[in-house]
Amino acid sequence: MRSALAPPLGRAPARRTAAGGSRAGAWRIAVWLIVILVGAHVLLPFAAWLVPQTAVWRHLADTVLAELLLNTLILSVGVGLGVLVTGVGLAWLTTLCEFPGRRVFEWALMLPLALPAYVLAFVAVGLLDFSGPLQTWLRSVFGDELRLPAIRSAGGVIMVLTLALYPYVYLLARTAFLAQGRSLMESARMLGLNPWRAFVRVALPTARPAIIAGLALALMETLADFGAVYIFNFDTFTTAIYKTWFGLFNLSAAAQLSSLLLLLVALALFAEQRGRGRARYYSGGKIEAAKRYPLRGARAWAATGAALLVLSLAFVIPLIQLTIWAAQAVRDGVNENYFGHVTHTMLLSACAALLIVATALLFGFVQRRWPGALSRAAVRLATLGYALPGTVLAVSIMLSFTALQNQLDAIARSWFSLDTGLLLSSSVAALLFAYLVRFLAVGYGPVESALTRITPAMEMAAQSLGATPRETLWRIYLPLLRAGLLTAALLAFVEVMKEMPATLLLRPFGWDTLAVNIFELTSEGEWAQAALPALTLVLVGLIPVTMLMRPGTTRNG
Amino acid sequence: MTKKWWLVALLGLSSIAQAQAAEEVVVYSARIEKLIKPIFDAYTQETGVKITAVTGKEGPLMERLKAEGAKTPADILLTVDAGNLWQAAQEGLLAKVDSRILNDNIPAHLRDPDGHWYGLSVRTRAIIYNTRKVQPGELSSYEDLGGAKWNKRLCLRSSKKVYNQSLVAMMIARHGVDKTEAIVKSWVANLAAPEFSDDDSVIKATAAGQCDVGIVNSYYLGRLQKEQPDLPVAIFWPNQQDGGAHVNISGAGVTRHAKHPDAALKLLEWLSSDKAQKLFADANLEFPANTRVQPDPLVAAWGPFKHDAINVSEAGKRQAEAVMLMDRAGYK
Repeated sequence: MRSALAPPLGRAPARRTAAGGSRAGAWRIAVWLIVILVGAHVLLPFAAWLVPQTAVWRHLADTVLAELLLNTLILSVGVGLGVLVTGVGLAWLTTLCEFPGRRVFEWALMLPLALPAYVLAFVAVGLLDFSGPLQTWLRSVFGDELRLPAIRSAGGVIMVLTLALYPYVYLLARTAFLAQGRSLMESARMLGLNPWRAFVRVALPTARPAIIAGLALALMETLADFGAVYIFNFDTFTTAIYKTWFGLFNLSAAAQLSSLLLLLVALALFAEQRGRGRARYYSGGKIEAAKRYPLRGARAWAATGAALLVLSLAFVIPLIQLTIWAAQAVRDGVNENYFGHVTHTMLLSACAALLIVATALLFGFVQRRWPGALSRAAVRLATLGYALPGTVLAVSIMLSFTALQNQLDAIARSWFSLDTGLLLSSSVAALLFAYLVRFLAVGYGPVESALTRITPAMEMAAQSLGATPRETLWRIYLPLLRAGLLTAALLAFVEVMKEMPATLLLRPFGWDTLAVNIFELTSEGEWAQAALPALTLVLVGLIPVTMLMRPGTTRNG
Repeated sequence: MTKKWWLVALLGLSSIAQAQAAEEVVVYSARIEKLIKPIFDAYTQETGVKITAVTGKEGPLMERLKAEGAKTPADILLTVDAGNLWQAAQEGLLAKVDSRILNDNIPAHLRDPDGHWYGLSVRTRAIIYNTRKVQPGELSSYEDLGGAKWNKRLCLRSSKKVYNQSLVAMMIARHGVDKTEAIVKSWVANLAAPEFSDDDSVIKATAAGQCDVGIVNSYYLGRLQKEQPDLPVAIFWPNQQDGGAHVNISGAGVTRHAKHPDAALKLLEWLSSDKAQKLFADANLEFPANTRVQPDPLVAAWGPFKHDAINVSEAGKRQAEAVMLMDRAGYK
C-alpha cells in the first residue's frame, strides 16, 4: 500500500475536450440548481433582517443575551471536547488496540446513534434528578439530608449530549484509522515511535479530516438541539429562538436569531478549513488492517471498563428504562396506527436517505472534478441546514413552497382553469425536500472524506484513457466510494427517522411517523406512553446501525 | 397537452384529497390526537359528518394556516391556551361567528368578546403542597409564594411554557407591571431548585420533598393521583379571597377561509353541548367550560373554587409583555 501526503489538487484535471466541456456544463448546472434550491432555504432566515426588530433585540441585549451566548459557548466547548475524547479515544482503542470484549464493543459503541438525544435527556433527568429512583433510594439509606450534584446543570446537559453525539466522531474516526492500514502504522513504529506517539503524531493528523467532519456534525446538532436542552431547562440560542417565536409571537426576530446561529457555524467551519490549510491526505492501494497493539493487565481492563461505561450510560441503561415503561404502556393498549407509524417512518427515511446520498455524491463528484473556491463555498452553504433548528427550517420551507404553489396555481388557473389547491406544500415532496436541506451535511461528510481515498492520479489516468465524466463516476467513483456511500445512507436514514419538527409540520395528512407519535405523547407529559414508539424507533434504528458496522461498510479498500 | 398531464401527475402526488365530500370538517389541532379522536368519532357516529384532524404544535400550525391563506383546507383551529387563540384572531385567521348556542353554553370570560373563538375546557393553574410539610392554612395566593416563609421551598416550571406566561400576563392585568415584576422576582428568590421543564416534574419534586409548594395545572396532579392515590401532594385553590384562581382554556374557532363554515360551526356548537363537554373535559381531567356539566369525580373531589373572572383574552394581549417581564426578573 502506498500512502502519501499528496500535493494540493490544483487545477490539473481541468483539461477537457469541447464535447467534455458541454457535458461538464450540464453536470455543473445540475449542482448549481440544487445548491441554489437548498441554499436559498438555508439563507431564508437572513431575509428577516429586512424588517428590523429593534425592540426585541434591545430587550434581549438588556436581559438574557449575554447568558445565552455564554451557555451556548460552554455547551459547544464541553460537548466538543466530550465527543472528541470519547469518540476518538474509543475509536483508537477498538481499531488499534486489543483488549477483552473489543470485538463486541467495536460495533456496540455505534448503537447510541439510534437513540434520539431528547429521549436520552429525559431518561437521564428522570433517573438522576432529586425525585428519581437513584436519589430517592440513596436518601432512604443515608438520610434525608443527602444531596448529590444536580443533574439539571451545565455538566449534566454536556454529559447527555456527549453520550448522544459521540458516535459521529467514533464512526468517522474509526473508518479513518482502519483506512490508514498496516503499513502506515508500521512505518511509524519502525521509525521509532511507541504506540502512543504513533497515534498522536501519525494516526491522529492523518485522520483529522474525518474527525473534524464528525465533530462538525456533533456540534451542529448541539447548536440546533431544542429537545434535550429544553428538558434540562438550559437556556441556549435555540431556546431563545423558540421563546421569541412562541412567547413574543415574533417569527421575524426568531429567524434573525437563527441566522446569527448559522453565521457562527459558518465562521467556525471556515476557520477550520483555513487551519487545515491546503494539505490533502490521500491513501490508495490495497489496505491491510493494522496489527493491533495488545493491551495487558490493568490497562486492558481499564479499556474494557471505559468502553463498558460509555455503552451502559449511552445505551444499555436508557434502553432498559424504555423497556420497563413500554411494558407498562402496552398493557394500556397500543395505538391503532402503530404499524402505520412504523411503515411511514421506514419509507420516508429510506426515500430521504437515497435522495440525500445521490445529492451528496453529485456534489462530491463535481467538486473533485471541477474544483473552485466559489463552488466549494456554495456546497458548504448548502450543508449548513444541519445547524438550523428544525422548526425554523420547516417553516422556511413551508413558506417558500406555499409561495411557489400560489404562483403555480395562478398559472394553472389561467392556462387550464385547474384548481391545484395545496398540492405542493402538503405533499411528500415538500417533506423529502426538508429532509434533504436539513441532513445533506450528514450525507456529504462521509462522502467527502471517502473521496480522499481516490487519488488524483487515478482520476487523471481515467481521463487520459478518455473516460467521460459519467464513466468516471460509474466506474471509478462508485466502486471506490461504496463504503462511504453506504455510511452516508445509513447515517441519513437514522437521522431522518429521528427527525420531528419538520415531519410534524410538513407531513401530508395521514403520514404520522413514530417521531410524531412520540411528540404527541410527550407534549402532554406522557413519557411512559411514549416509551413504546421510542423503543420501536431505537429498534428500527438498530437495523441501519448494525449494517454500518458490517465489515464491508468500513473496511474494504 | 403534455403540460396538462404533468399537472395531473402532480395532483396525484398530493395526498390531501382535493375533492372533499360535502359532509366533512377539517380541523387543525394543537390538542393531541389521543384527546380529540374519541370525541370526533362520537360526532361522526352521531351525525355522519367526517372529521379530518391534522395535529401539530400551535406555533407552526398557525403559520401554516396563515401561509395557506384562502386555500387552506382547515375549517377549525383547535388549540390550547387563550394566548394562542387571541394571536390567531389578531392575525385574521379566525372568522367571527354569532351563535346563540355557543353564547349560552360558554361563559363570557371564557370566549372572545368579538366571537372569534370559544373556550371548550378550563385548565386551572393551582398551588400544590406537600401534605407532610405544609398545612393548607399557611397558603393563600400566588403573590404570597414570594413571601419570606417560602424561602427555598418553592418549585416552578420554566417560564418558556405558555401556562406561566399566561399566569404572569393575568397578574399584570390585575397588578400592573411594576408590582408583578416584584412578585415574580420574589418567586425566583424563593426557588428550591432550578425551574423544571414540565409540570409533572414539579409535582414529583414536591412529593419527594425537594420543595414544599409549587404551581401546576390541576390535571397533571389528577393524572398522577389516578396512578398513585397516596401521593403526599394536595391541591390548594389560590386567591379565593380576592381575584380567584387563574384559569386558561383550550378552545377553537372557525377559520376565516373555511370551506365548510356551516358544518364547522355545527361541530363547535356540538362541542359546547353537555354531552360533548363531558367527553372533552374528562379526556384530560380538565373542567368543562359549560358550567352545567359536572367534571370527572376525581376532579370534583378537589372542591368548587372561584375563577379569575377577567376575560382570558387578556392573557393573549399581555403575553409578550409577560415574557419580557420574566426575562427581566431572571425567571428562566
